[in-house]
Amino acid sequence: MLEALREAVGPTLFTYAVSPLFKILALIFLGVLPLIMYLVLAERKILGFMQVRLGPNRVGPWGILQPVADIAKLLVKEDVIPNKAVRWAFVLAPCLVVAPAFVILAVIPFGPSAEQSGGALDFFITDVNVGLLFVVAMATVGVYGIIIGGWASNSKFSLLGGLRSAAQMISYEIPQGFSLVIPLLMAGTMSLQGVVGAQFEQGRWFVFQFFPFGLIAFFIYFVAGVAESNRNPFDLPEAESELVAGFHTEYTGMRFALFFLGEYANMIVISALAVTLFLGGWLAPFPNVGWASFLDLQWIPFMTPGLAGLIWFSAKLFAFLFVYIWFRGTFPRYRFDQLMDLGWKWLIPLVLFTVFGVGIWKTLL
Amino acid sequence: MGETGAKPGHDTLFDVEEMELALGPQHPSTHGVLRINLKIDGERILDSYPIIGYLHRGTEKLFELHPFFQNVPHTDRIDYVAAATNNLAYVGAVEKLTGITVPPRASYIRTILCELQRISSHLLWLATHAIDVGAMTPFFYCFREREQVLDLFEEYCGARLTLNCMRPGGLPFDLPVGWTDRCSAFIDKFPAKVAEYEGLLTNNRIWKKRTVGIGVLSKEQVLQYGITGPMLRGSGVDFDLRKATPYEAYDEVDFDVPVFPNGDTYDRYLVRMEEMRQSARIVRQCLAKLPDGEVMAKRPRVLKANKGAEAYFGIEGPKGEIGFYIVGNGTPNPDRCRVRAPSFYNLQVVPELAKDHLLSDLVAIIGTTDIVLGEVDR
Repeated sequence: MLEALREAVGPTLFTYAVSPLFKILALIFLGVLPLIMYLVLAERKILGFMQVRLGPNRVGPWGILQPVADIAKLLVKEDVIPNKAVRWAFVLAPCLVVAPAFVILAVIPFGPSAEQSGGALDFFITDVNVGLLFVVAMATVGVYGIIIGGWASNSKFSLLGGLRSAAQMISYEIPQGFSLVIPLLMAGTMSLQGVVGAQFEQGRWFVFQFFPFGLIAFFIYFVAGVAESNRNPFDLPEAESELVAGFHTEYTGMRFALFFLGEYANMIVISALAVTLFLGGWLAPFPNVGWASFLDLQWIPFMTPGLAGLIWFSAKLFAFLFVYIWFRGTFPRYRFDQLMDLGWKWLIPLVLFTVFGVGIWKTLL
Repeated sequence: MGETGAKPGHDTLFDVEEMELALGPQHPSTHGVLRINLKIDGERILDSYPIIGYLHRGTEKLFELHPFFQNVPHTDRIDYVAAATNNLAYVGAVEKLTGITVPPRASYIRTILCELQRISSHLLWLATHAIDVGAMTPFFYCFREREQVLDLFEEYCGARLTLNCMRPGGLPFDLPVGWTDRCSAFIDKFPAKVAEYEGLLTNNRIWKKRTVGIGVLSKEQVLQYGITGPMLRGSGVDFDLRKATPYEAYDEVDFDVPVFPNGDTYDRYLVRMEEMRQSARIVRQCLAKLPDGEVMAKRPRVLKANKGAEAYFGIEGPKGEIGFYIVGNGTPNPDRCRVRAPSFYNLQVVPELAKDHLLSDLVAIIGTTDIVLGEVDR
């Protein structure tokens, strides 16, 4: 069938449009959406255990059908658009939040390519040679969704939430962008597959490369990433105790669910990028330590190198997602001027210093 | 609460349009049905004007329609998270009016109930205050312990929230068998739990950033506004009715009154945390010293106060001085009953505190005043 399709649309169009489209749809519907559904459940369960309660446990054993019930509920909810809302912007905003997060996933390598592993499958959708630029550009678009949603709702609380988001974006895009420069300097390539390859060749994850610069860059990237995805302690745009629900106060049903989806998709994207750029992506830890060679997982029956890469990538990803949830259980919320203080007075000088330091190191040593 | 006129308080580079924002009465952090009309410039609060009365039930008038004994349940509903202290303030005023002396065992049990109530009220305050500032987990920890206090209340009088656990002249019942053991088991464990909450918040950088220097009240201001309770002691005034005019068993137990000098939200937090520890200390001593005997004084079946007789009795409630002023008229009903509710006085200062702070701080400030709207509106 694929062959017939290739014949029908011509090989160029097939390679550059149809094939990636199918891959990304498969990734979204088979990979990311179920992951998000169960991430929400996992968050509620983990928070429950941190907070001496049980979490959802009514729908299915241990509540494992809870996400299904949630989605069914959100789908049948009435979709309210306030009378005075700006309709086109109101409708557009949730899509602007969700779409970029999913698109970024297209360039993230969550396993080795076919030639690297010697298998039949590429564990990524596409390998763009300006992958890092693409990621930064797309990540910025998501914030517009929040600002537009806050403005279009024509509600004061939403407006304040949207404005907070704008302030947050200005403060955090810069340190985040600069912290991405550092793995770029280390790897000498912008392709994300290339960055992982460079970590393999240099025999060290970039978080430990040029110590301590890699570590600082990783730290800055993660702090800015938490702020970027509006999670505790930087969940100002939707601070429920201050702004009711912030930018999505007026959203109901599936449109609200899209914002929700966007937030979790962003968490996954930020974590996946952190894993790829700083923690070796799909590489197993300690590849060149003799006694640790069991970590390549090849002793498990039917394990291929590709699958082992996927497992390592997922393990690192889940560790990050756990840290997100842990933050939420632990921290109070920053005030938005304090958040900007942190961004401008600490993170930006620190990241500039780090970029400078890595540059000097690379040229002189 | 003053004028609501716009006050151009600071310079801006651009022409800024002021926005009016009605926070409440349905808002997650106004602790009930408080409404605050705000004038904001961006997120900076230029002016704020609390509007109260959404929970007005005419309680003071209701007191006049019922005999002294039947009025106790009304007091439960004034500050509905601290029923025992309300009960005590009311029955204390009636006892003062009619000259009844309470047996010592009843005094001790009343002290225990009031201090447990202070613990549960402060726990509720900490839970909601922390969640206002964005920390979610302390809420559940506090409710875990509050639940145990409420279980103790339930075992004693059958109710968990609206206790109705005191009568003019004493108490309706003696303690159930084994109650003192269960109470002391809880009290022994409780200080460690307070340390747990403090571990999450006291030295947390974000918590400090959100509370230190926020809503500073000077010594003069608290005295001018008639503010009492932890807000007074958080501003460096060492005044506690339990020490100043000891009632019930408070002069027979040892406890400290925590006082912190800075008058900001953080100091008020520290005061309340320490008060919880001191309350546990008081309860422990009361349980050890608990005398035997009756829990109800000899008193007439129908209480009557002489015409024109009047009495005021104020106690240190969890939120400040809660007092009842009662006038008799020769019938079994009071002629007039006026409630001095601490939240009402403490709320007055919110506009002053919120001025020139940000919207996020307003939420912390409402939290730190520890208001209960049932008490403000009555």
